[in-house]
Amino acid sequence: MDSHNHENCVIHTEDLTKIYDGGAFPVRAVNDVHLHIEKGEFTTLVGPSGSGKTTLLNLIGGLDQPTQGKVWVKDVDISTLSKSQLIDFRLHNIGFVFQAYNLIPVLTARENIEFVMLLQKRSKAERKKRVFQLLREIGMEDKINHRPAQLSGGQQQRVAVARALASKPQFVLADEPTANLDSKTAKNLLDTMVKLNEEEHITFIFSTHDQRVMDRARRVITLVDGAIASDELKEEQHIIIG
Amino acid sequence: MFLRLAWRNIWRNKRRTIITMASVVFAVLLAILLNSIKEGVLYKLQENVVTFYTGAVQIHQNGYWEDQRLDNSFAQSDSLFELAKAHPDVNAVVPRLETFVLAASEKHTRGCMVVGIDPQTEPLVTSLDQKIVQGSYLENNDQGILLSEGLAEYLKLGVNDTVVLLGQGYHGVSATGKYAIRGLIKFASPELNKRMAYLPMHSAQNLFGAENRFTALVLDLTSVVKAEKVEEELALTLEGQYEVMNWKTLLPELNQVLEGERAENVIFLMVLYLLISFGIFGTILMMIVERQYEFGILVAIGMRKLKLSRMVIFENVMISVIGAIIGTVLSVPVVGYFYRYPIRITGKLEEAYRNFGFEPIFYFSIEPRIFYSQTIVVLSIALILSIYPLIKIMNIKPVESMRQ
Repeated sequence: MDSHNHENCVIHTEDLTKIYDGGAFPVRAVNDVHLHIEKGEFTTLVGPSGSGKTTLLNLIGGLDQPTQGKVWVKDVDISTLSKSQLIDFRLHNIGFVFQAYNLIPVLTARENIEFVMLLQKRSKAERKKRVFQLLREIGMEDKINHRPAQLSGGQQQRVAVARALASKPQFVLADEPTANLDSKTAKNLLDTMVKLNEEEHITFIFSTHDQRVMDRARRVITLVDGAIASDELKEEQHIIIG
Repeated sequence: MFLRLAWRNIWRNKRRTIITMASVVFAVLLAILLNSIKEGVLYKLQENVVTFYTGAVQIHQNGYWEDQRLDNSFAQSDSLFELAKAHPDVNAVVPRLETFVLAASEKHTRGCMVVGIDPQTEPLVTSLDQKIVQGSYLENNDQGILLSEGLAEYLKLGVNDTVVLLGQGYHGVSATGKYAIRGLIKFASPELNKRMAYLPMHSAQNLFGAENRFTALVLDLTSVVKAEKVEEELALTLEGQYEVMNWKTLLPELNQVLEGERAENVIFLMVLYLLISFGIFGTILMMIVERQYEFGILVAIGMRKLKLSRMVIFENVMISVIGAIIGTVLSVPVVGYFYRYPIRITGKLEEAYRNFGFEPIFYFSIEPRIFYSQTIVVLSIALILSIYPLIKIMNIKPVESMRQ
């Protein structure tokens, strides 16, 4: 059996390469990456700026097309999907958390979380139940009708995490989620994500420069010049909650 | 929620939305006022000219219009008269017997058109009795004649003088008669003023040896805009036994003038709408640039591009249509006021208008088409301009959009 067909395998890449056409000097942003991520992992991609972290996340998330190689999410080779198929695939399988929160400014916290489920055509009752469950999990039941502008950066990012989880994805990709947060807010956000990971076995993959995130991760993959330089699996006891 | 989202997006940048809407409001208001006054003036002009002499619709013997001789007149027919009168859009039907003769006084002669009329019913179409400037209007069994002022002046004749008419009657008979002048009529048109004479129908028929014959039945309608419809319906009923013509055929020059005026109006409105289009397009352009990042996010989290496009198009259409509706609503009391109290021209311009035979008044039209057509035009502009965001969104690459 291929490794990507393994029951617990969520993401599997083979020879994954992305070359940006820079005229005379093409840039190899991701270079022949072989990666295998299992369900329930809490993984960080680290490395200096320009090492290919965000590009690799984009390829895994189906936001960008690889120049070469393949990406399997569960048993689907997403590198073969058309653009519209990819949009649907992302909607049902992948949650995104971005550095700049990226909530829809004219929707309330509740509506932002509900929005993805609406795209999935879930019933009103189901949406309502899930929204309240997620708001409770991120500890923001009292901000339900607040718009993003009325929330702090940390609160916005927690809503963004709830939005990413609302669609019940296979995994969540978080691109520098703590970059714009102060230490206390970043710690609270990480606590929330670790809790979700531990209790609901949600798979998180981060790209980060933030030592605090690296400290909380179980697996740290270091990228250098687009290639995996190291892949370190930490001990369970290193994870501190709260 | 998508409608709610689109609605809230419209008001994200209140100032820009209000400015865009305001430009649509004023353009629509201006367009409606312009259209209303143009249509009002043209309608009045059309009505004035049509009721001046020709009437809105005429019925003739087949071939009369091409060869306007008494030999192409038709026998009086009560059934034809009743049939025309029975049409719901016909106010009045008046008979005419027209031909050209020589009018002579002691020392002068001039060619003129003599028209046999029913003195009682003719004013229903042409208000001929209102045009008397000297003497009196014809009685029913009158043996006298009415002359246009210019013709009388040329012949050096006045009221109670006698004029001699010489001409050719029905089937070539010689037509000669002398008539006492009962009154003088003034036509605003110099052409008509120097060559018109009116006889009571029985005198005209006697003069031309055309007993019980008419050259035309002239129809006055509830509205001149119904002329084509009435013409078609009567032509169908008469099954080709007579020729039925509306004023557009009877007065092709007038029709050309009106069409030319309307075309000019369309060009002006196109320029106005081109300006609005730039305003709306500017808003669309700014919105696309500002929200490029957000569009990238929405596509990234799984919103289909077509759905996103529909939402953005809805936003643009809403801004334009709300502006158009406000503009239309604001125009209603303004147009209503001027419809009730039309603008009266005074001073030298009034004199000039009167000299040309036109009322010196700018009428406004309240035809519903004038109001709703603006909303349709603005909606069409918004939809056409929406092609741009549609193309932009369909080509969005989430990674590139989010990088901006």
